[in-house]
Formats: sequence, structure tokens, C-alpha cells
Amino acid sequence: MFKWLDPYAKSETLYHFCGKLLPYLMVSALALLLLGNIWGLAFTPADYQQGDSYRIIHIHVPSAIMSMGAYAAMASAAFVALIWQIKVAHWAVLAIAPIGATYTAIALITGMAWGKPMWGAWWVWDARLTSELILLFLYLGVIALNGAFSDRQVGAKVSSLLALIGVINLPIIHFSVEWWNTLHQGASITKFARPSIDPSMLWPLLISILAFAVLLMALTCLRLRTAILVNEQHRPWVRKLVGGQ
Amino acid sequence: MQPRRKKRLFSILLIISLIAGAIGSMLYALQQNIDLFYTPTQLVEGLGKDKVKPVVGQRLRIGGMVVPGTVSRDAQSLKVRFQLVDTGPTVWVEYDGILPDLFREGQGIVAQGTLLAPDVIQASEVLAKHDEEYMPPEVAEAMKGIRHVPPSQADFPASEPSSNGNYSKPADKPTY
Repeated sequence: MFKWLDPYAKSETLYHFCGKLLPYLMVSALALLLLGNIWGLAFTPADYQQGDSYRIIHIHVPSAIMSMGAYAAMASAAFVALIWQIKVAHWAVLAIAPIGATYTAIALITGMAWGKPMWGAWWVWDARLTSELILLFLYLGVIALNGAFSDRQVGAKVSSLLALIGVINLPIIHFSVEWWNTLHQGASITKFARPSIDPSMLWPLLISILAFAVLLMALTCLRLRTAILVNEQHRPWVRKLVGGQ
Repeated sequence: MQPRRKKRLFSILLIISLIAGAIGSMLYALQQNIDLFYTPTQLVEGLGKDKVKPVVGQRLRIGGMVVPGTVSRDAQSLKVRFQLVDTGPTVWVEYDGILPDLFREGQGIVAQGTLLAPDVIQASEVLAKHDEEYMPPEVAEAMKGIRHVPPSQADFPASEPSSNGNYSKPADKPTY
């Protein structure tokens, strides 16, 4: 079923494939980011309750959703790395981890900046905020564990396993606002009923979410290419590529 | 699939499902501790199957909707008291401090403080909880009948023009 994927397990093919995708991803990420954020931050109407403060939603929600999306992608790569023992899959795990950690940090920081004026507190230990903080620690844990062993193969295996186990946190983050009493409000757009956000605010938000997703892919391609070059530096094709001796 | 890979797949799935089960039962057992606040009903009638009621003097958080018409402020200080409700009984919250901007009657809030009497809380912190609905003021007016006027343009009955005469008349419509 997945036979067509096999060539991409070869680092050289994957390197060139990512190189081909990269310019398209970068340009569309930049365009979508500019469109979504400028539209959202400057041209949407203010909220009836929160006034202009709610505009941070156009950064907070995309980064929060994509911090979870990045984790799902990283865990899928870890799954492939563990079961099929494909090296490039583990490099993909390591390529995504810092990007996901940054998205999570952006979500937490913008959330705090939003919480202070609206709720009245920078931070509350409610289920949503705490589980998102754990997501940040999971990302950092994957990065740290990978480097914590002198045997790199053991490090790769253990960090992939942690990445995979951390998937349990994703439904907890998503449903935390339904399962428990939280200060954080419920989901606005990822619910089955009609989104409880006005269309004039929803469209720029959806574009921003797409922009963060495309940016995630672009940065992953970029980092994966670098990882391949570093790890395969003694291969003839890399030597030929970089023009070394 | 090769037998080796199949073995790895099953052992990894086993590990993950065991850990997921452990975390799931942990979260279930700790459910009441993870809840950020008591609701007024839980406070009055008790929490969970055992109907555990918090004791007087206990520090806790209470979350509910401010009952319209119950907010009374002390004219001399920042003291304020109001009632909270969810679906059943109401409880009193007393607070001495600055309320968040979103605080108003009918608004969801979370207050942290100590229990003075079975249904009275002396709050040390009041946080506003807003819902997940976002809409422009015109839409809110049409849908909910809420006319929200920003404080800078509010037409307070008691307000008087300032002495230098720069007082601007409140706009007919909120400008944002």
C-alpha cells in the first residue's frame, strides 16, 4: 500500500524532493501569513465583548493548533522511525521538534498576554494551560533525550518512543476544556456545530492557521535537508553536492 | 509486514496503550483536583458521588455567572459583593479590590478565596471568564440584544461635563 513511499526513505531522494518543495512552501507560507495576519490584526471588526484585545487570536489560535499538528506529525515520523527503523524518519522527528516547541511557546506567550487583560491573570493552573505547558516539555524532552546518550542509536530510539507516547497528551489538550472546569473558554472553530465566531473574523483566522501549517512544512523541509547533509556528509553524493574533496 | 516489524509494532502499541490507560485512570481519579473551581451548586450541595462539601475556612475557587442586579459596591472603598449562580442555588462573593475589565452582571467569573460561611466566599482574586463566541458589536446587538459600549464612551447618568468644557458627547454607536 505504501510502496510508493519507499524511494523517499533514501536520503538523497528525500533531500532533492524537499529542495523542490521548499520554494513553493516558503513563498505560499509568507503570502498566507501576511494576508491572514494583516487582515486579522488590522481589518477585522472588533469583538463585542473584548474589543480589540481579541485580535491576538489570529496568532494565538494558529500557533496553538499547529503546535498540536506539529506534534502529531512528529509522532507519526517517530512511529515510522521505530517500526521500520528508517533513519530519515528520525531526522524528521528532530527537524520538527524545535519548530513545534517554538509554536507551543508562541501559543503560551500570546495566551498569557491575552489572559492578563481579559481574565485578569497571566497564568492559571487550569487543565488547558497546564496540558499545553506539558506539550512544551514533551518537545524539549524529545530534543534533550536524543542528545542524552553517548550511543546515538539508543538516543534516537528513546526520543522517538517519548515522542510517540506523548501523543496521549493531544486529546487531553483538546478536550481539557470539556472534561474539566477551566478558566480557558471552549473550542470556537474545532467543534461540530456551527463555529461560534463571526465569518468576518473566521476567514482571516482560517488563513492564518493554514499559513502556520504551510510554514511548519517549509521549516521542516529546510531543517530536514540540513540534517540529511550533516548526517550523510561522508557519502559521495553529498561530497559531490557541496563540491568538497 | 516482516515478523520483526510486526513484533516491534505490537510491543510499541502495547506500551502506548498501557501508558494511556495509566494516565487515563490517573486523570479520572484526580478529576475533582483538576477542576479549576467549584460551581455554586457543587459548593452548596457537595461535590461528586460522596457529596463532599468544603469546610468553612478552606481556600477554594468558585466559578459561576454574576447574578444580574446583585452587585453592590461600597461607596467608601473598593469593597464589592455579588451573587454567583450556575444552574441551582446562588452563593455570595465578597471582594475588596479591582475587578477585571470584563466583569459585569451576567458575566462568568472565577473567584479565589476562603469560605466564610457555607455559601459566602471572601475572594482575594476575581478573574473574568469569557465564552468562545467572537462577533462584531453590530452582530452581537442583532443576535443577543447586547449593546456594548466601551467605557470611554459610556453615557453614565451621573457624569457631568468636565470644567474645561472638553467633554465630548458620547457617540451614538460604538465606534469599534
